[in-house]
Amino acid sequence: MNIPANLRYTSSHEWIRKEIDGTLTVGITDHAQSALGDLVFIELPKVGRSLDAGEACAVVESVKAASDVYSPVAGTVVAANAEVSGAPEKVNADAFGAWLFRLQPVQADAVDALLDARGYQSVIG
Amino acid sequence: MPNSTVLNAVHRSSGARMVDFGGWDMPVNYGSQIDEHHAVRADAGMFDVSHMRVVDVAGAGARAFLRYALANNVDKLTVPGKALYSCLLREDGRVLDDLIVYFLREDLFRLVVNAGTADKDIAWLNALVTRREAALTLTPRTDLAMIAVQGPNARARVWQAIAGSEAATSALAPFNAASVVDHGVEYFVARTGYTGEDGFEIAVPATRAEALWRALAGHGVKPCGLGARDTLRLEAGMNLYGQDMSEDVTPLEAGLAWTVDMKSPRDFVGKAALAANAPRATLVGLLLEDGGGVLRAHQRVQTAAGDGEITSGTFSPTLQKSIALARVPHGVAVGDRVEVEVRDKLLAARVVKPPFVRNGRALV
Repeated sequence: MNIPANLRYTSSHEWIRKEIDGTLTVGITDHAQSALGDLVFIELPKVGRSLDAGEACAVVESVKAASDVYSPVAGTVVAANAEVSGAPEKVNADAFGAWLFRLQPVQADAVDALLDARGYQSVIG
Repeated sequence: MPNSTVLNAVHRSSGARMVDFGGWDMPVNYGSQIDEHHAVRADAGMFDVSHMRVVDVAGAGARAFLRYALANNVDKLTVPGKALYSCLLREDGRVLDDLIVYFLREDLFRLVVNAGTADKDIAWLNALVTRREAALTLTPRTDLAMIAVQGPNARARVWQAIAGSEAATSALAPFNAASVVDHGVEYFVARTGYTGEDGFEIAVPATRAEALWRALAGHGVKPCGLGARDTLRLEAGMNLYGQDMSEDVTPLEAGLAWTVDMKSPRDFVGKAALAANAPRATLVGLLLEDGGGVLRAHQRVQTAAGDGEITSGTFSPTLQKSIALARVPHGVAVGDRVEVEVRDKLLAARVVKPPFVRNGRALV
């Protein structure tokens, strides 16, 4: 299973990329999209919404199931990727490219406490 | 350890994602459930349905027994090979299972029942045999595997895969079956299915199932998992036992009045209860008009006549919309607007008459 080394992860299967401007880009992992199957609906958080760490803030639905997406750290939503809500299958095709939303974190270093690729690998076994 | 079919290793080596389905380790998809769905609507796909149980009912009184045991009337079966869909009811009219019964000979009928209910059904039927003092033998045919081949090109692919099958089955009308023997192997080929497409369901000796699966694959039939089977049957407006009906409802409350023969003077298990008790609700189709989510089982349906509940819901790959079956109060009519509670929102849906899709065409 593909787990890029330059990203951070959560045990609830989100990936997080630290951008140069300090924001965090969030998506779901390849493992998550594969387990869900063909995605047909994605609901994203509104820009400006403030989120707690671990708060359910987006929904991804496949043909067979609905699954919440959780905010990896506390922060404010600064962007939502309308491209994936219009074409959910893009997440199946490229889970690490098709991001869901971007956060301005409350604490800049909170992301460093998240799982690295090796840690996530041990989560999914 | 869940049960596994004789094709389990074939599924795993084909990269299937496996799930526990009613105690059986079954493929949910081999990659993309939606691709598999479209293959069946446009070409040909195959499903391992060996978890379903074939039960042969043998003995001189087989017809008389089934006439009493089943809600549909086996007297409609006059030509050998003819099949009938029926519910198996409790005395109070609630649904124990749904099944297909085939008339093979006057002293031999064949039932195909659901996997999760097979043991319960057999125990129920054996008790009924004892009570009726019928001289019958019920034989679960665990020596057979079953492969459903479905789609507009399904029959032609089967004819390529099994020598002699075209001559034996090309004139077979829907809901009829025939036996085909090729190289000493007997195939029981029925023109039935659970997808809303043409095709065959084939019972084959378990020892020959893998060879048949590989032959069909070699002729371009796409392996399909239970995921696609569920979206296909729901588009076709077909009930799933345990979801759209159960021991909590009667067939009249599950959209299956057409399968219950109340007109003939014949008595059957559950008839008195059905005649005495008016149905409490009705099963309808729903088409989601808003975006904003996917209809799923157990979501609340708000109607002018009161609340109901979705029994099966999914995203329809053919319609590119979410569809559902829902049990709602009487008075809800085709064309009505209702609202469905999806997470924290109420989404608008239209009441429609299933099926949603048949033979590749949208009907709603």
